[in-house]
Amino acid sequence: MAFRLKLVPTETKIDFFRWQYITFGVSVAAVILSLLSVLFIGLNFGIDFKGGTTIRTESTQVVDVGAYRGALSDLGLGDVSITEVFDPSFRPDQHVAMLRIAPQEGYEAVTPEVIAQVEAALQAVDPAITFPSVESVGPKVSNELIWKALLAVFAGSAGIWIYVWLRFEWQFAVGCVAALIHDVVVTVGVFSIFQLKFDLTIVAALLTILGYSVNDTVVIFDRLRENLQKYKQMPLRDLMNLTTNETLSRTIMTATTTFLALTALIIFGGDVIRGFVFAMLFGVVIGTYSTLYVAKNIVLMLGLDRTEKTRKERAKGDHEFANIDA
Amino acid sequence: MTDTPIWKTLLVWAIVALSLAFAAPNLFYDRVEQHNDAAAAIEKAGGSATPDQAAALAQWPDWAPSGIVALGLDLRGGAHLLAEVKVADVYAARIDALWPEVRDALRDLRDQVGNVRRQPSPEGVLRVAISNPAGLQAAVEKVRTLATPVVSLTGLGSNDIEVSSDNGEIVVQLSEAERVATDQRTIQQSLEIIRRRVDEVGTREPTIQRQGEDRILIQVPGIGSAAELKTLIGTTAKLTFHPVTRVTADAGARPGPREMLLPAMDEPNTYYLVEKTPVVTGEDLTNAQPAFDQNGRPAVEFQFDPTGARKFGDYTANNIGKPFAIVLDDQVISAPVIQSHIPGGRGIITGSFTVEESTELAVLLRAGALPAEMTFLEERTIGPELGADSIRAGEVAALVATALVAAYMIASYGLFGTFAVLALAVNIAMIFAILSTLGATLTLPGIAGIVLTMGMAVDANVLIYERIREELRAGRSPGAAIDEGFGKALSAIVDSQLTGLLTAVIMFFVGTGPVRGFAVTTGIGILTSMFTAVYVTRAIVALYIGWRHPKTIIV
Repeated sequence: MAFRLKLVPTETKIDFFRWQYITFGVSVAAVILSLLSVLFIGLNFGIDFKGGTTIRTESTQVVDVGAYRGALSDLGLGDVSITEVFDPSFRPDQHVAMLRIAPQEGYEAVTPEVIAQVEAALQAVDPAITFPSVESVGPKVSNELIWKALLAVFAGSAGIWIYVWLRFEWQFAVGCVAALIHDVVVTVGVFSIFQLKFDLTIVAALLTILGYSVNDTVVIFDRLRENLQKYKQMPLRDLMNLTTNETLSRTIMTATTTFLALTALIIFGGDVIRGFVFAMLFGVVIGTYSTLYVAKNIVLMLGLDRTEKTRKERAKGDHEFANIDA
Repeated sequence: MTDTPIWKTLLVWAIVALSLAFAAPNLFYDRVEQHNDAAAAIEKAGGSATPDQAAALAQWPDWAPSGIVALGLDLRGGAHLLAEVKVADVYAARIDALWPEVRDALRDLRDQVGNVRRQPSPEGVLRVAISNPAGLQAAVEKVRTLATPVVSLTGLGSNDIEVSSDNGEIVVQLSEAERVATDQRTIQQSLEIIRRRVDEVGTREPTIQRQGEDRILIQVPGIGSAAELKTLIGTTAKLTFHPVTRVTADAGARPGPREMLLPAMDEPNTYYLVEKTPVVTGEDLTNAQPAFDQNGRPAVEFQFDPTGARKFGDYTANNIGKPFAIVLDDQVISAPVIQSHIPGGRGIITGSFTVEESTELAVLLRAGALPAEMTFLEERTIGPELGADSIRAGEVAALVATALVAAYMIASYGLFGTFAVLALAVNIAMIFAILSTLGATLTLPGIAGIVLTMGMAVDANVLIYERIREELRAGRSPGAAIDEGFGKALSAIVDSQLTGLLTAVIMFFVGTGPVRGFAVTTGIGILTSMFTAVYVTRAIVALYIGWRHPKTIIV
């Protein structure tokens, strides 16, 4: 037998329901904690959703946050946040900082004069400073972007729900969507608790998490459906364990390859998309967890009607493309 | 293993070969780009090439595919603006232009309606009082005859103005259908004029798109900053020529009826009272060029079309010795005194311009005035260095990701892992081939999408291989196990990938900017990975089986 790297042994008999009340309780607690955090701590919205201006500065001189702040304090800009950015890909003499300026009172649109003032003030402190990127979003657009983002996530969930409902039975759809909501809510919760910047790209990451999590779940459901036909007398709980163990190798395998690709991206992909990649990386982990411990549990709780009648109906009903041939 | 029909195998390999061919130009990005630029420039110049262009053209063979992915602003650097056109401005102008017509029409009915007076009213509404209330009905009827049918698909059958009576006064405003039609025209004109202005400065592949009801998205790669872009497109550049009634230093001077008070552009505390109705406008211009006046100062030379030239000629002939204001966007550039009759419609605008300003003004005048003002809701500038850094970071991340995934797949599945890695390579080539052919734009989130696809694309292979392993354990022969593995895994592959595709499609339609770039690459990646994992891997496996005829296989 040739060498094979195996993270999961060939045959496993893990009982995924052994700790079901604990795992389920942990999931419910995480969702509640996340919701509370979003409600009471809130999210650290980027300018996409809050309006305002971000300026990226770059200089050959070391970033002096105090001096920057001093230079800007006379301008009366209100809330200005200055953070230094570190990245392994920077050159030794590359010093980068991000400035964030709150939207200016009473302006629908962006205020170019403010940007010019800020740039001039910073250049007085550090003549070598340059501004590789300046982004401004007016409050009018940012409000719309929030709604668009919410709409995207809802449309995504609804689309998946309908799809899974058509392909499987409604219990599967409920389980699948519960897992999705769990993944998205907890990811948003992590962004809230650690006050990570939440912008438009994070919404894209959330949608990707939806796609990834559902992908994982559907593969198990697909096998479960197959096994339901094969082992008609086996109790549902055992059947689910069998199915999960059969597909466990694949679940871990795919999670690992995706994890590896994203790890490369988070280390080497630069600071511009780090938040985005972090969201996806976290999503892969939690998506795998919810596949194993949330989606099926809900189907088990709801129960499946396994009588002959429904299966016949299923065979001629909404299952016409269940057995696509290559 | 059952034999796949030969045509099917050939088709798969043909698609693979085509993908590699169409992805290849991206490996020589700079060269191909210079080749394409040169080819476009030569075509524009009517077939004649400068030595530089010929050299650039020779860098890439003409017969080879030359499509390359366009780089987004975040990778190339450039400026992004989201502008909102104040479409309502146009209503006011339309209604104001209607007043002389209404007045003339009612003058014909003087014995019925008496005197006619325009009343103060909100923007976009014309209120007219008449001294004889008994004639109100007749007056309303008369004004209604001025209406013309709306020319648009949706507004069919309705007129452009609505005339009603209110409190003994005639009220005229634009009808709903006309407003919709006017908005449409305003946006179309704005788009056209912005395009002309951006083209005048000759940047590469600008994006100028309508967004929603009254917004325009402008993305110009390679331009220094959004501020620079804004001066180019944000200026209305409405040029008008007005008779001057008086010059004053009083900012609070009250203009008489049909007059307006305008500030001087360069002299502080100088105001001009000018007649509201212009003699000629920028719309009558056919050309404008930067030039120098007789004192060697920068100026702009212009040329009127025949109608403009006649109006301008007649006016100058009749008003020698009087001042004449040249007004740009409600500021008086200069107010020269007419020295003599100016026939032929040529003129020169002098002011305290720099050479850059006169060049820019000439560009703006040539491109035409914007029909309405714009406000900017969003602006982003990305420097080219940051873009280059992002490309480098993306490349490194993609290479490392490929290496990690490849190593892991080969360690897990041995020879079959190598097949999957080959299929993955084809997959990436296909993504680039499709992006290049579609002319899609690659952004930094797009690169992230490709890297993510690499991680997830092998999923289909994993599903198939795990299935083959199970079948082998169940004691099937290699050929049968492979057939079963590919066959049975398909349902799971289609199910799982379709949901991913669904979210990508939703992201594309609902999302903007970064979300879209990501949606495009993940969506294409899902489609191509289904093809490569199922068909390409299978074709490779078939080649291997046909070549070695292995008794046993280890997956």
